[in-house]
Amino acid sequence: MIRELSAAEWQAKQGRFVALWTDQNFAYALYHPGELVFVALEQGGYPALAHKGAGWFMRLARDLNGHVARGFEAAPPAIDHGAAPDGTSPWPNFARHPEEGAHQVAVGPVHAGIIEPGHFRFDVKGEQVLRLTARLGYEHKGILALMRGKSPSHAARFAARVSGDATVAHSLAFAHAAEQAAGLTPPPRAVHLRAIMAELERLANHTSDVGAMAGDAGFAFLDARFALLREWLCQAAQAGFGHRLMMDRVVPGGVADDLADGGREAILAALSAIEAELPSLRRVFEDYASLQDRVVGTGLVPPDLAEAYAAGGYVGRASGQRGDARLSPGYAPYETFALYVPVEQAGDVAARIKVRLEEMPESIRLVREFLASLPDGALCLAPEPATGMGLGVAESFRGPVWYWLRLDAGQIADIFIADASTLHWPLLEYAATTSILADFPLINKSMNGSYAGVDL
Amino acid sequence: MVWKTTIQHLLRRAAPALRPDPALAKEMRARLEAAAAQRLGRALSIRHVAAGSCNGCELELRATQTLIYDLTQYGLSFVASPRHADILLVTGVSTRNMAQALREARAAMPDPALVVAVGDCAVDGGVFKGSPVVLGGTKALVPVDLVIAGCPPNPAEIIAGLVTLVEAHDTKMPPKPKILPGMA
Ligand code: SF4
Repeated sequence: MIRELSAAEWQAKQGRFVALWTDQNFAYALYHPGELVFVALEQGGYPALAHKGAGWFMRLARDLNGHVARGFEAAPPAIDHGAAPDGTSPWPNFARHPEEGAHQVAVGPVHAGIIEPGHFRFDVKGEQVLRLTARLGYEHKGILALMRGKSPSHAARFAARVSGDATVAHSLAFAHAAEQAAGLTPPPRAVHLRAIMAELERLANHTSDVGAMAGDAGFAFLDARFALLREWLCQAAQAGFGHRLMMDRVVPGGVADDLADGGREAILAALSAIEAELPSLRRVFEDYASLQDRVVGTGLVPPDLAEAYAAGGYVGRASGQRGDARLSPGYAPYETFALYVPVEQAGDVAARIKVRLEEMPESIRLVREFLASLPDGALCLAPEPATGMGLGVAESFRGPVWYWLRLDAGQIADIFIADASTLHWPLLEYAATTSILADFPLINKSMNGSYAGVDL
Repeated sequence: MVWKTTIQHLLRRAAPALRPDPALAKEMRARLEAAAAQRLGRALSIRHVAAGSCNGCELELRATQTLIYDLTQYGLSFVASPRHADILLVTGVSTRNMAQALREARAAMPDPALVVAVGDCAVDGGVFKGSPVVLGGTKALVPVDLVIAGCPPNPAEIIAGLVTLVEAHDTKMPPKPKILPGMA
């Protein structure tokens, strides 16, 4: 559903805001569950939207396309750090917190662990965090510009590399958008194989992230075992799909390749091994008071705030939000498999862990059922050079990933990508202020926003 | 309660179905022992900097630390600051926004130091080559001693690359004293 609005209607529009972007002539806003509205640009600008989650998108539109959100001019840049072509850039200044005794702590962009770059500026008083400002954009590679002017088949390798941990989900959302624009329905076997890959990816991330959180709380044993579960999944993915992260396997029109010989057995073996291990790991989580002490009540995201930001994935579902793109009508092949989506209310690190622990057995069940009911037939339909607009969504492990694109004679004339993380970063900024500075790594990991997926 | 669970756990799952190639691990350890004894004296420390990756390479870097690959068995470990590191391991395309931080991380390291570019992005920008905000891999910002290609390279390839690096640089890396001055 797409609709043009007047400037007044645009500003008055209500709904669960998902994303905003601009092209040469219009500003677009996307609302759940896929309602797209647009307004004509006037003198290179459009009226700012008041939705909580709109901030990053409006800053990004200004940095990428020079389009100003009227009424939001004072916001800082998103990805434009004012760096010279050789990369030299000024040290960022952040206004100080007015409270007596407050001081600032600057962290990043280079962090202590093996993670992506971002800068965090904390205003703290003692150990209490008063305010957190995240400065992102360090991973900005100009992906949207690289995708323009290419055919969907050619551009798919960029979609697969927007956020490597969600490569399947990003490729899938991109394929959904490209297929809608070209009026193409992928063959049933491809739909099943895609869903198998998507669930394996979800499992791989859930296992290693839950382990990493336990590791941050001082439980190296859990970290080591959960990392092992992830490794089994990566090896099964390699056996089944020829790539440990299943990169470039989902393509517009279908899938790049069939399930390899022996792949089914490897995947089933990995699932059984994980299933056997999960209950005892889960028990450690639940039994150990000193672990519970670190995660219960830490990094709070109240349900009303999650609602205001339309948070998805485990961030939203740990704070009472029911959304899951896999539940939306027409999201094949889940409709006939009675998907169970766990929801918690507490909104703390413990609730986010709980949601992810509960999603693991569900993904195991789904992969088994998808494998058991795998249809025969074609793997991929060649996309015809088409002209049209497409909107696609896929539920990544961290929430919905949206792709919007416009095809002109088979070439991408314009495109936008909204990773679920975009709406989660501001929630991290809030959650940090409910705890002490030393808890931040744990809180950050519990949200696990993608830096690359937001910086584009 | 917990210790019981833990012990049961360790007993029950002694032999996971999926294992790394033991021959490969053995060969790499042997190669490293030959080179490391006189060159390193003690372990080498690695500092990782992500300079515009998709985060895929980070996943495989982290996998080198798992029970299966166990990077530390080769005397190599990740440290939290470039000031403690012998090896700077870089992933990502070298974005314009990360250029300054990457240069500063290299400058913070004590010399001699080695620089490894991991992943196609770090080799030359990979698929993102040609974007105006992509400076073109690690070599665009700091001199590189070794590249480990792949998108992403798998954990075994990353470890093999690091072992090769240690082998090849006996002149650049002076032996570290086994006994520090003043300790004897
Ligand atoms: S080399 Fe591939 S996996 Fe590694 S950061 Fe680049 S795109 Fe991602």
